[in-house]
Amino acid sequence: MTGAEIVVQSLIEEGVDHLFGYPGGAVLNIYDAIHQQDGLQHILVRHEQAATHAADGYARSTGKPGVVLVTSGPGATNAVTGIATAYMDSIPMVVLTGQVPLHLIGNDAFQEVDSVGITRPVVKHNFLVEDIKDLAATIKKAFYVATTGRPGPVVVDIPKDITGQTFEFSYPRDIKIRSYQPKVTVDSAQVKKAYELILDAKKPMIYTGGGVILSNASDELIKFTQHLGAPITNTLMGLGAYPANEKQFVGMLGMHGTYEANMSMHHCDVLIAIGARFDDRVTGNLEKFCPDARIVHVDIDPASISKNVKVDVAIVGDVKDVMTDLNKIIEASDQRLESAALSAWWLQIEEWRAQDCLKFNRDTGSIKPQFVVEQLHQVTEGNAFVTSDVGQHQMFAAQYYGFNKPRRWINSGGLGTMGFGLPAAMGVQLAHPDEQVACITGEGSIQMCIQELSTCTQYGLPVKIINLNNGFLGMVRQWQEFFYEKRYASSYMESLPDFVALAESYGHVGIRVTKPEDVRQAIEDAYGKYKDRTVFIDFMIDKEENVYPMIPAGAGLNEMILV
Amino acid sequence: MNEHIISLLLENESGALSRVAGLFSARAYNIESLSVAPTDDETMSRMTIVTSGTDEIVEQIRKQLNKLVDVVRLVDLTESEHIERELMLAKVEAVGEARDEVKRLVDIFNGRVVDVTDTTYTVELTDTRDKLDSFLTSLSSIKIHEVVRSGAIGICSGEKVLAV
Repeated sequence: MTGAEIVVQSLIEEGVDHLFGYPGGAVLNIYDAIHQQDGLQHILVRHEQAATHAADGYARSTGKPGVVLVTSGPGATNAVTGIATAYMDSIPMVVLTGQVPLHLIGNDAFQEVDSVGITRPVVKHNFLVEDIKDLAATIKKAFYVATTGRPGPVVVDIPKDITGQTFEFSYPRDIKIRSYQPKVTVDSAQVKKAYELILDAKKPMIYTGGGVILSNASDELIKFTQHLGAPITNTLMGLGAYPANEKQFVGMLGMHGTYEANMSMHHCDVLIAIGARFDDRVTGNLEKFCPDARIVHVDIDPASISKNVKVDVAIVGDVKDVMTDLNKIIEASDQRLESAALSAWWLQIEEWRAQDCLKFNRDTGSIKPQFVVEQLHQVTEGNAFVTSDVGQHQMFAAQYYGFNKPRRWINSGGLGTMGFGLPAAMGVQLAHPDEQVACITGEGSIQMCIQELSTCTQYGLPVKIINLNNGFLGMVRQWQEFFYEKRYASSYMESLPDFVALAESYGHVGIRVTKPEDVRQAIEDAYGKYKDRTVFIDFMIDKEENVYPMIPAGAGLNEMILV
Repeated sequence: MNEHIISLLLENESGALSRVAGLFSARAYNIESLSVAPTDDETMSRMTIVTSGTDEIVEQIRKQLNKLVDVVRLVDLTESEHIERELMLAKVEAVGEARDEVKRLVDIFNGRVVDVTDTTYTVELTDTRDKLDSFLTSLSSIKIHEVVRSGAIGICSGEKVLAV
């Protein structure tokens, strides 16, 4: 087999059905091999950044690794933003980059860049293939590293001459890397200790993150939460791990979290952190964080433990395994949280909840972004896969959509990458052709990867683009309003295209909505009569709506700005 | 802030060194010295890093290093009895009275003069970092032309070994 055929066959052996990419000189052999098989489908994007985001959306919505193929030089550098996005959110991804022939490496050859060097700080690991006999095993290793332990992106850099050489193909069934042992056995003594600490709580609080979703541990988490009867909050990355419509759920926490979630965090006496990493957007001022709490932390990555916040009981392991063990201990024990204290705690929480911190003015005559998200929830019955870009619309989506299932909320939480939403939605739609997919975005973000409307045309992807258009880079404007005396430096979006005409020029359906009373109908049409079409709905929303609640930088979780 | 000597076994792969160096710069960890060379097992290199930080930071450094796929084993030598050595070559002025003075100091510090000219001595000294520092301090009145230090290497005392 040629090296190019080995690459393609290896991907097929890994069960890859979709490969997102863009051709170029260094990968022409591989593209030729792809052209001559039908085991996997290649999706041609319009920019390499979109290839990585689409693969990322595919990965987040399925749990399977996303796979990308790009050429050397600019192909690789364009992919870097998407790789970094996946890295920050621990998303399994394998990125194959073409490289100039081995003898030209280091020679400043045409389209040469040190891809391994450039991607090194934003990958879990990377490889340069230097011999065709290592090619299949290296791809096997890449998938193994990307998908095990704390997942992450892995880059395999493949020089062009290797794809043209021939070698016998044999794909390894198993691979061992002596310096990489991702499997951890859960320390049962720590699990016991954790439950003892939890039993001590008068005001327990469960705080969970993306780790629960990555570990597919939603069912175990639900069981655990219901066993305890404690309140639960999810991070931005963790939404959907616990159903938003369940009573024990107090909403998202952090900078734009709910009043009840942040107050419960601040006042709890035992905090159970599961698959979450105490990110600065979650903790606010570390010195004011959970002042009275003893902390249990479950995480697969030892480096996440006591990194930002010192914890009392740490359990290193896959969240699913740990939660299974914890549930077993609880089920075998007749001890439960003290019910009088728990009732008093809930009484307090209900008081906070009664603040109704997510209420917004519905009678302004202008379209409120919150209202659009709420209507989207209703029309899709809360079952859509929702991707987002970054900014106000992202927070509105997180606050108002109400995710009841894991893997339905797809956003760039860690890196905060504008341009993520549309390509991610494409990846989701390809993985789930019969599901409803929405990309909630803004007129700023959507323009960062708008070229992908063309990819939607080519593959007939019926994603619905919910453009919350306020003519501002909304989150930037909000900060300028609060902290820069309304000096709106470069946050106003001038010279916007006519998005409806633009969508139509790609062959899509474009709808402009200017009145609140037309919001519902537009969304119903998108999922009704235009069900099979890509639909771009340009909602002309209230220009200066802000995201509340908000914790200003440097403040504690109990120091929120409410409406 | 405490000093730590962290010793690593590293896969002998291209790029392994830059992964370690990159980790320190990306996360703004201190690095005082770093030395690396092959071992008796040609598939692995041994790296010694002298770093400093609070206990929390050093804990993070160890954990982050352990996360690198190329790191096979890691030990913080400062956590137990260990032997530490660093090699130094120093070219110093050796004229007049200083010529005898340098020789005396070299003898006191168990060093060797390995190269001689009419005006200079090149001195070789192998010891702990502290001893090398004291030697340089004791040369205070003598002109030092050049100092080359290898960075510390170390090994656990007793039967404890860092191996696969």
